[in-house]
Amino acid sequence: MSKYKLDNTYRAIVLGGSAGSFQGITKILSSIPDNFELPVIMCLHRLKHVRNGFVEALSIKSTKPVTEPYDKEKLKRGKVYLAPSNYHLSIELGNNFALSTEDMVNNSRPSIDITLETAAYNYKRRLIGILLSGANKDGALGMKAIKERGGLTIVQDPNECMIKTMPESALEATKIDYVLKIKEIIEFLIELDKNYK
Amino acid sequence: MHNIEITDLKKLTQMVKDAYGYDFTNYAMSSFRRRVNRILELYNFTSVSNLIDKIKVQPAFVEEVVNEITVNVTEMFRDPSFWREVRDHIIPNILLNHKSINVWHAGCSSGEEVFSMAILLREMGISDKVKLIATDLDNSILNKAKKATIPIKNMELNEKNYIRFQGSASLSKYYKEQNGHAVLNPALVENVSFRKHDLVQGGIFNKFDLVLCRNVMIYFNQNLQNDVLKKLHESLFKYGYLIIGSKESLIWCEIANKFIVVNNEEKIYKKIRE
Repeated sequence: MSKYKLDNTYRAIVLGGSAGSFQGITKILSSIPDNFELPVIMCLHRLKHVRNGFVEALSIKSTKPVTEPYDKEKLKRGKVYLAPSNYHLSIELGNNFALSTEDMVNNSRPSIDITLETAAYNYKRRLIGILLSGANKDGALGMKAIKERGGLTIVQDPNECMIKTMPESALEATKIDYVLKIKEIIEFLIELDKNYK
Repeated sequence: MHNIEITDLKKLTQMVKDAYGYDFTNYAMSSFRRRVNRILELYNFTSVSNLIDKIKVQPAFVEEVVNEITVNVTEMFRDPSFWREVRDHIIPNILLNHKSINVWHAGCSSGEEVFSMAILLREMGISDKVKLIATDLDNSILNKAKKATIPIKNMELNEKNYIRFQGSASLSKYYKEQNGHAVLNPALVENVSFRKHDLVQGGIFNKFDLVLCRNVMIYFNQNLQNDVLKKLHESLFKYGYLIIGSKESLIWCEIANKFIVVNNEEKIYKKIRE
């Protein structure tokens, strides 16, 4: 009997992280099955002026390639996406990505709040938001938006985080369905994926 | 974030279009909704209907709305590797066959890309061979661009970009600090023609050897991107260059086959067919 309430109605997973999240992310990406069904959309704080390298570094560790979407690129099942540096990444109506160079939000571009909020607007209850270690409150309002639209919210257990500000801010901002260690997030994702086979 | 429905946004764009002729009906919804939310917060509106009412009774307010909806965040020498490519390959290539160059900055915002180009050309010693035209939809941002003054807080990033661009001087050589602003040397932009032009509804007004339209069309939906790209294509001489933002692509657009990729990393294309 699973400890999670899962079904196959979800359409996407959004994953946010900042300082101290890289290791957790690579563990997740190297552990999910290579035929994982749901698209995974990652918004991670990164150096603004370093355009290349990061996506390659993540790809090496991942069971499937990680790509930075182009503006208006169609979202596809089974793909792993990363918000490009110095752009906000939104989910646009019609299941496309949209990029923007608007002002920084929470001192960040890409801002996790923006990716999470637009995904919540688009997918409503069929969205899973996961927020990992980080040193600012970016992502908290995004998680709140996901919860308000009926989606599922998960944060990394603050006790496991290198810097716990980010998950703690989300816990203060809204109801979080599961507080999990990286190992458990991986379990969760593998179990979730079984619902799609 | 206010609860803004798509139907609210459609009412707003239709009203602004019918009454004032500004056409935001094909803007990308995700960013457009954020911009409208920003206006509601800035002016303490409780709903989009309130905003619509205000625009109806106070026509001058629509200019402020246009200014807030268009995104005016820009940097000098954004993507320094791109500017090196323009300096080291694109401009020299055009000069192989042309004595002078016509350049169009489409959607120039507060002018940072124009200033970057002006500095680049000066450092190449060819300012007198190049005619720069810079256009935007928004009058107030054009006025700002004409003044060529940049908030000093932005200059740290601009300086860093310039260093990565490997310019031949120091960026500080080109401006004086005054009242919290970097005032660029007026000689840099004295030959730039700043004009109001609407990419969405405006026509073809000139032919160019080089068109820069970076991170402008990302605010449009795909239909509008296609329309605007047709205009940009038509505004180019054959073998002229089109440059878009590093995360934009011509792959999905209808006129892709009329261009070849010159540099995929920097999104530099060359027109090969009329």
